Amino acid sequence: MSDFLQLLIAGLATGGIYALVAIGFTLLWQTSQTINFAQGEFVMLPAFFMLTAMSAFGVPFWGAVVIGIVVSALVLGVLFKRLLVDPMLRHGVLPLAIATMALALFLKESVKDFYSAEAQPFPPLAAATNISIFGATVALQSVIVVAIAVAAVVALQLFLNRTRTGRQMQATAQNPNVARILGIPVERMILIAFVINAVLAALASALVTPIYLAKFSNGEYLGMAAFIAAIVGGFNQVRGAIVGGLLLGVVDNFAAAYLSAQYRAAIPLVLLILVIVFRPQGLVGRVEERTV
Amino acid sequence: MSARRLAGALAIVLIVAALIVAPLSLKPYGIYILTLWAVTTIAAIGLNLTLGYAGQVSLAQGAFVGIGAYVAALLTTKGWPLGAAYPIAGVSCFGIGWLLGYPALRVQHHYLAFVTLAFSTLVYLIFRNEEWITGGIYGISNVPRPSLFGYSLGKPRDFYYFCLANLALVSLAAWWLIRSPWGRAFVALRENPLRALSLGVDTRRYTLMAFALGAGLGGISGVLYAPLVQYIDPTPFALLLSLNLLLMVVVGGSGYFFGPFVGAVVAVLLPEWLQGVDNAYWLFGPLAETARSVLPPALLKSVAKHYLVAYAIFVMVLLVFSPGGIIGFFARRFAAAQRAAPQAAATEVKAVP
Repeated sequence: MSDFLQLLIAGLATGGIYALVAIGFTLLWQTSQTINFAQGEFVMLPAFFMLTAMSAFGVPFWGAVVIGIVVSALVLGVLFKRLLVDPMLRHGVLPLAIATMALALFLKESVKDFYSAEAQPFPPLAAATNISIFGATVALQSVIVVAIAVAAVVALQLFLNRTRTGRQMQATAQNPNVARILGIPVERMILIAFVINAVLAALASALVTPIYLAKFSNGEYLGMAAFIAAIVGGFNQVRGAIVGGLLLGVVDNFAAAYLSAQYRAAIPLVLLILVIVFRPQGLVGRVEERTV
Repeated sequence: MSARRLAGALAIVLIVAALIVAPLSLKPYGIYILTLWAVTTIAAIGLNLTLGYAGQVSLAQGAFVGIGAYVAALLTTKGWPLGAAYPIAGVSCFGIGWLLGYPALRVQHHYLAFVTLAFSTLVYLIFRNEEWITGGIYGISNVPRPSLFGYSLGKPRDFYYFCLANLALVSLAAWWLIRSPWGRAFVALRENPLRALSLGVDTRRYTLMAFALGAGLGGISGVLYAPLVQYIDPTPFALLLSLNLLLMVVVGGSGYFFGPFVGAVVAVLLPEWLQGVDNAYWLFGPLAETARSVLPPALLKSVAKHYLVAYAIFVMVLLVFSPGGIIGFFARRFAAAQRAAPQAAATEVKAVP
């Protein structure tokens, strides 16, 4: 039982990180029909911003995290939107998706060529102590990760539901044309969605990199996890991304413990295919009427 | 119009002639790269059917190349002829493509991108983990070159001609397919799926068919890849290959018949050409010195060193300005010139009193 609880909490910690990445992914889809294939690289890169801030400018860890988030918001949010998405949107969904694949290649190879091809150590969020919850030994780090992920999700939900800007964003996602008629600055709402995506990705980066180390290829697996979480939960719902992310993290951890370690990475893929076959709109998603 | 066709035919004849003479003056490594270009182009032609003609993103073409390569390596190292690998690889990739596309295309078409992405990873894991059949990370070595009618194709040049002949056959088959009613149905459903559906085209079946045929050609490309490199391990078939093939098709011009050929030149030949920068300037002839000052060797060398970075930037810029890739860019220019020409003639006529 305590083993079970231990795995469950570790799974929720991983899942919380996946959920953060998947939420941003669905936000971009909802507001601008951007399928961002560079989403994984958006999580890989901020860790290197933070490492650079620490090593080149001697900023302390938490300061570096803040700098990393701000730089990411500018580069992966504003610049990404302005330089790649805006000129590509008029060509349609598919060319934009392919352009983000090229962006993924660019980010990955740039870090490999100009920073390092080796995995870089990344400071942990907390000392490597364990705490006991209902008899299960749990790493303090996992608890902190869960707490930060929950806080981020709650903050995002409050923003989307309780503030004027957040509700304007929801309107934009549901029907851009009507939103425009009602006087909502649709373009700015889309930009905000991109910035939120970048901030969530940077946050996920700070949470996940102490576990995986900072490596140029981290994005491959993280991106895949985000896509799977988004599809499993439901492509068109923030709620879906959370459910999908948590489920994926838990399944991932149980698969590693009880099934073959070699095929650990295959379990999420099987989950993805099952969902696509039996419940294509996702576990909590609604059927999408918009044609692509 | 017919003059344009004649010019096109002449250009093709010249390029084919150049491809036939090229290995006579190349070192074995050069021939190897040119062979790799031919093999890669076959996979890209397959993917162009999927992406360019049926409008579906597949991120599994590299995995299909891998399946073809493993089939060829396993069979030929056990003494089977390479000829046996063609139908087995082609049919199994076609079948897997069909099974993979079936659930994905039931939903929305960007789902195929995710399913193929997942499949790519799954296939890589199988190559790496199933040591009893694939040799795991140690791979399969000593894959023999085939022989044709008792004539060994072991020498680089002979094998190059063999691959070139394969490419020619695949090109002709693709040419025929695109002009057949099937090919026209592919285009119809890319341009306007709703309309195609209302005209009685079974869109899902045709989309599936385009994807499965593309996968089959990926398998064929792999069958040639194994004897080319003669050593197979999982690494080259990771996601990067699928991504590279996809970008190749887009760079050349997806939906254009010659797109994959041009794309493979940019992705396979260009980086090698840039590596040997110093002998690259002679191509510019009398303008060699100007070329050297505009594009200094140091710049080209660093582009060659960080080729994937430069390539990715190039793809993004190209996509922004011309989603139809390199061929699309020239096709648009050409069409604009054609439109402008009769207008100019008309105004001239008017100007004469």
